[in-house]
Amino acid sequence: MSTNEYPLHRDDPPGFGRTSRRTQLAGRVFTWLAGGALALNIVMISGLLILLAYMGMGYFWPKTIQQYELTDGTRLWGELHDRETIRDLARGSEADGESMRISVRQATREVYGSEDFRWIPESEIANTSRPDDLVALERRSNGVFYGRLIGLTKDGTTVDATGDALWYDFEEEIEAKFREGEAIDDFEHDEIAGPTDALVRAKRDRDRLLMNQANGDDVRERLSTLDQEIERLNRRGEELSTELRSKREEWERSTATFETATGAEITLPVATILDALRPNRAGFFEKLGIYVSHLWGFIWDAPRESNTEGGIFPAIFGTVLMVFLMTFAVTPLGVLAALYLREYAKEGFVVRVVRIAVNNLAGVPSIVFGLFGLGFFVYLIGGSLDSLLFSDSLPNPTFGTGGVLWAALTLALLTVPVVIVATEEGLAAVPKIVRQGSLALGATKFETTWKVVLPAAGPGILTGVILAIARAAGEVAPLMIVGMVKLADVPVDGEFPFLHLERKFMHLGFHIYDVGFQSPNVDATKPLVYATALLLVLLVTAMNLVAIAVRNHLRRKYASSAV
Amino acid sequence: MLSDNHESEGVEAKSQTERTEPNMPDESLYQAGRGDRKPRQQPRSPSAICVPPDPIVSIRKLSLFYGAKQALFDISMEIPKRKITALIGPSGCGKSTLLRCVNRLNDLIDGVRIDGQIQFEGTSINEPTLDINMLRKRIGMVFQKSNPFPKSIRENIAFGPRIHGINDKATLDEIVEKSLRRAALWDEVKDRLGESALGMSGGQQQRLCIARAIAVEPEVILFDEPCSALDPVATSKIEDLMEELKQDYTLLVVTHNMQQASRVSDYTAFFYLGKLIEYAQTEDLFTRPKMKQTEDYISGRFG
Repeated sequence: MSTNEYPLHRDDPPGFGRTSRRTQLAGRVFTWLAGGALALNIVMISGLLILLAYMGMGYFWPKTIQQYELTDGTRLWGELHDRETIRDLARGSEADGESMRISVRQATREVYGSEDFRWIPESEIANTSRPDDLVALERRSNGVFYGRLIGLTKDGTTVDATGDALWYDFEEEIEAKFREGEAIDDFEHDEIAGPTDALVRAKRDRDRLLMNQANGDDVRERLSTLDQEIERLNRRGEELSTELRSKREEWERSTATFETATGAEITLPVATILDALRPNRAGFFEKLGIYVSHLWGFIWDAPRESNTEGGIFPAIFGTVLMVFLMTFAVTPLGVLAALYLREYAKEGFVVRVVRIAVNNLAGVPSIVFGLFGLGFFVYLIGGSLDSLLFSDSLPNPTFGTGGVLWAALTLALLTVPVVIVATEEGLAAVPKIVRQGSLALGATKFETTWKVVLPAAGPGILTGVILAIARAAGEVAPLMIVGMVKLADVPVDGEFPFLHLERKFMHLGFHIYDVGFQSPNVDATKPLVYATALLLVLLVTAMNLVAIAVRNHLRRKYASSAV
Repeated sequence: MLSDNHESEGVEAKSQTERTEPNMPDESLYQAGRGDRKPRQQPRSPSAICVPPDPIVSIRKLSLFYGAKQALFDISMEIPKRKITALIGPSGCGKSTLLRCVNRLNDLIDGVRIDGQIQFEGTSINEPTLDINMLRKRIGMVFQKSNPFPKSIRENIAFGPRIHGINDKATLDEIVEKSLRRAALWDEVKDRLGESALGMSGGQQQRLCIARAIAVEPEVILFDEPCSALDPVATSKIEDLMEELKQDYTLLVVTHNMQQASRVSDYTAFFYLGKLIEYAQTEDLFTRPKMKQTEDYISGRFG
């Protein structure tokens, strides 16, 4: 065998054992394929994010109000929403470029009814302009209103002003009425709720007494004190509701009068107006301010008008709370199960079967978990809790109906295989010699497992938790039957125990579906769907980043190579 | 890993016999290694096994079986107090297995059976009533591969005292400093006690493991080839340390390195195929071996 048979230089004559050009080419092609696959993934993911941001984030920018004068003499105020080529159905092909039509958001339901959007062929538009005194109103109900402010009465007295002076008075009045409204809400919550609850309790006690009386007990004396109490509470309740009613009337006395595009004059109570803008007059920075405040409101406000307006805070809160609870449930459950499987159970047939079962559990369709959650958590456990602890309020269920706790537990069950598998891998990566080192110091097996093995497996466990969070935050189907609803308040209030885990909750994933496909006004809410989706993605990313930060901290602390 | 260990030891033992067959001067010994067959000649003469004074651990007629396979044959020896005793012999001769009998680390392996007895300060350690954690506290161990816990340097040392009930921070700090000084590591790590022990060099890690063993104040420390993964500089540091530790502790050292055994130990035991062939003062064993197998081994003719 001469050395010539293994030429080292590329230009040497080919011989036995030479790396052929085909092999080299295959290697290069493979590298390009692998790199291309990665690039494609990156492009798709960033494309998704860019699309969501582009479609969603424009929604909060205040749009110009256009005035369209049509050839038939009518006038229209509204935002330009869409523009497209008219398809000529008769010819079956696209008509020439001039036949365009636009979609205008005219809103103002007092005038146009429920027809929020209107298609107008461009050929029918005689004139387009942007009068700078046009006003867009955001209201508590009935959607957006476009008009021109022509008059204002403050608590019955007409304000004698015009132009900008009138506008500033109007803005002040909105602000004042907004605060007044909040005060009324507080009054309702703080003053009226107490006596109402007391009345309900007293009536329930009375019913119970009557029942005891039927059993032969002498309850006359207690009954009469209760009756007096009930009567007193009733009187107090009436006083309070009269007070509330008069406050409400007072609140709604200020009115503003607007001219609409059709010329009709509409008078609205200022109390129903949340926000008034003159977008045609606003400069860039004013618009930017409005944009930020809209975005802020989107994140921190509750939804209005069947989720088509307002913010999504309850959905954000519900999602985060549910994932949080899920994490707290799944981590100990999964870690303990994995500990037993890996550290204590004798390796054998049963353990193998259990392991296969756990892995298969991850493949069960999520809606099946939802059904299990409904049957087991809601009906069985929740129902039993109700009959044991909350029998007073039956037949109204307390825990025996879907709620954020049951939803979290259902998802914990759904994600527990992920945590078990990751934890087992983390535990397996802890070298035996480290365990023996602990045992050789006189530590018991429990001390070794608890104080040496488990901390060393920490990063591996957290990897599992991160995967579980990612899975749970995006899961919607099983939640629809264990407590997620279209509209709910944040389950936190001033009543003990402050955080109400038995209550129903909103979820961003379902909110997207609801706003996008179940909304009465799909056209108007499309950008909201994108914005909500973007927020959901950001939220899941943020939760994962927190978990990853914790894991990196642990890794640095222990500088271990485990998983 | 442990259960694998005994497999591989078994395999090694076999290949060892096959490999060394042509060189074997005494064929009867090789056959005895097979286990079942009756040895034609008694492998050890009583004169080849010395009885050192003042023993702390006494091994009496100890045989050990991995399932059906016998790994140790009828071992009897005394380990002298506050001396370094080295166990030498070719791979698979059972010296590590014997070492792990002393702190009963073999218990972790399924199917291990022991005949005979080991006494520690006059008490048998093979009784079921023995508090095994207390035994391991009193008989510490340093492993072949350094095995610091994935915790900070301080926590590594404090772990042992803590599980034995010391929780006072000042006391723990004192123990940490004392143990690290004892292991000649304090000056190197005193400024980074809070850092991970896994960031240290191999030699430092091994000294940390020694410090960790010292921290629970044992009476005996078992060394299972403590320098096999270290470079000569780190090895010499550990050897100096052993010399130093002998004033307070009894050291039982398994080593592959005969120079090391001759350098540091006071007594040396030579094992071959699960049997104790010769046990004597180190100087005697290396200069005037009584048994031919010992002579062949230490002169490098096999192993």
